[in-house]
Amino acid sequence: MATVTFDHATRLYPGTERPAVDQLNLHIEDGEFLVLVGPSGCGKSTSLRMLAGLEDVNGGRILIGDRDVTDVQPKDRDIAMVFQNYALYPHMSVADNMGFALKIAGTPKAEIRQRVEEAAKILDLTEYLDRKPKALSGGQRQRVAMGRAIVRQPQVFLMDEPLSNLDAKLRVQTRTQIASLQRRLGVTTVYVTHDQTEALTMGDRIAVLNKGVLQQVGTPREMYDQPANVFVAGFIGSPAMNIGTFQVKDGAALVGNAQVPLERTVVDALTEADGGKVTVGFRPESLDVVGSGTAGSFQVEVNLVEELGSDAFVYGSLKSDVGASDLSAGDSDQVIVRIDPREVPMKGDTINVAIKPGQSHVFSAATGNRLS
Amino acid sequence: MDWLLAADSPAQKLTVMVVAIALFVAVVGLILFLVDRPKNPPRWVVALGFVGLPLAGLAFGLVYPGLVTIKNSFYNRDGSQFVGLDNYVTALTTDQFLIVLRNTAIWVLVAPVLATLIGLVYAVVVDRSRFERVAKALIFLPMAISMVGASIIWKFVYEFRPDQPGVQQTGLLNQVLVWLGIPPQQFLINQPWNTLFLVVVLIWIQSGFAMTLLSAAIKAIPDDIIEAARLDGLSGFGLFRYITVPSIRPAIVVVMTTIAITTLKVFDIVRTMTAGQFGTSIVANEFYTQSFGQNNAGLGAALAVLLFILVIPIIAYNVRQLRLAEEVR
Repeated sequence: MATVTFDHATRLYPGTERPAVDQLNLHIEDGEFLVLVGPSGCGKSTSLRMLAGLEDVNGGRILIGDRDVTDVQPKDRDIAMVFQNYALYPHMSVADNMGFALKIAGTPKAEIRQRVEEAAKILDLTEYLDRKPKALSGGQRQRVAMGRAIVRQPQVFLMDEPLSNLDAKLRVQTRTQIASLQRRLGVTTVYVTHDQTEALTMGDRIAVLNKGVLQQVGTPREMYDQPANVFVAGFIGSPAMNIGTFQVKDGAALVGNAQVPLERTVVDALTEADGGKVTVGFRPESLDVVGSGTAGSFQVEVNLVEELGSDAFVYGSLKSDVGASDLSAGDSDQVIVRIDPREVPMKGDTINVAIKPGQSHVFSAATGNRLS
Repeated sequence: MDWLLAADSPAQKLTVMVVAIALFVAVVGLILFLVDRPKNPPRWVVALGFVGLPLAGLAFGLVYPGLVTIKNSFYNRDGSQFVGLDNYVTALTTDQFLIVLRNTAIWVLVAPVLATLIGLVYAVVVDRSRFERVAKALIFLPMAISMVGASIIWKFVYEFRPDQPGVQQTGLLNQVLVWLGIPPQQFLINQPWNTLFLVVVLIWIQSGFAMTLLSAAIKAIPDDIIEAARLDGLSGFGLFRYITVPSIRPAIVVVMTTIAITTLKVFDIVRTMTAGQFGTSIVANEFYTQSFGQNNAGLGAALAVLLFILVIPIIAYNVRQLRLAEEVR
């Protein structure tokens, strides 16, 4: 068991201008489950592969425990990796696949067999030990890939989108299995995914990356409640947060026809670069449906209602006398409001909504950083 | 219009060729046209229309001569008298022919193994190097040279001049030996090594073929499997032995059997370089010599049948491996 530390770790691919991973500073505690998450091309896989030793480190250091492994061969780093496509050896049986690293390391056969059987028992693979990977289902192959990592009893598990090749149902099921297995084994784990739901449900802590730069690290709750900037705010949460940029007048943001009051500290923090504007975000569940004319409420025209049983979401557009706004959630270009599934408005209706007190997130219009 | 049947000048011959091609196109066109006429032709009519001509060609050019050859192998030298298995007994017991069989065995064992091995090592070594394209083109070049051409090139390499004062060696290999202070050798005459020096020519030609196929197979190994193996502690030779070779095993089998079949049929190299003298003859060369040199059609046919029988198990194994490879996929 060990901690993992990225110390200004940088990876610059030859022939490119911008580093794929730029000055990554990250400390992962012993036994922690850390999820690296971000959109594709954000550098999360590259970071993991740098830790694995499959990718060169062009600047900074990487430590496992107190040991600097920046220039150590992959096999000597005492890590085990689960690949997205599992990377099982097609010509070996499941047992041979799982015990291969030990065989290369010269472990006695009896001990290999014992450790493989233990891992197979944990993963429910005992009856498949003599099969070839081709004769297994996707889920079983995924478990063999996990087993291969477990058998090595490494200091750190590295997982590179291990669930992305499974169907939706199996993914949810395996998600919990991996998380509980990791808690049980207590091995430090770095897990890469592009799926924020996976990140929120599995990780002890989450690190969000974008364009090679670390945006924020924190527990799932912190990431959800206190996003450090507009990117994290928009990335974490499903459905996504409604975010828009509005004029500030008399210490309040003009959202549609409503005035959303801003805290004094926020108004003071505005700079000239912001140009008298501020970016406000609020989650779909942070809105209350109120009667018309309520102070601080604005109108949303309903375009679509999505009913999920326990919840219902209104997809609509902001009605405003001051002209069009850019208020939208994620990539949808619509405002999303969570409403009581028992009082669902009709398409084309207009509803009045107000942001629940203390549940708005305010960011600088110029830098995107959190102000409130 | 007699010249159509007995063309003399190049112009007449060319005309005959054009006429033949035109006739061929006309016949094929007519067949396909007729097949296309009925609104809903039965399947067998369509099938026959397309494969009928090639099948007729195969029957006439391959099956019929094959059967005649098998029949001839049971007859005496001019085909006038049935002699049973006498030709086979001669081929399998006489010292002269036992050497031929031994040589053929040496060829089939050495050429495919060495050509594949060299091709494999070469493919691994140049894989992803800076000179990959050039290096591959170089080793593939001999494939583009005819066997006769290659044989002539190597005959120059092996060329021997008597080791006397004032005599310059013209063969590359012997000159190298002289530079090293070793007396020049008669590579193509000294038995039994001369057979191996002939095999070298085929290896030189076939290594490029092996390299091309194996290189493609190596490139088809997924990157993440290589990376997983590196994490599991493999590198260099271990990676080659435990991952690369098992992954491309089907390709290796195909390459080896293909070269083995080519080797069994090799005729040109021996014919060009030694004409089968000095104990270098192999079955393909010997059946030619017997049939057309010694006018012993029966014995020649028996040797041809032996060659045919030798090829069958290799082809059967090849097909079986291909099927297995498809099942794994």
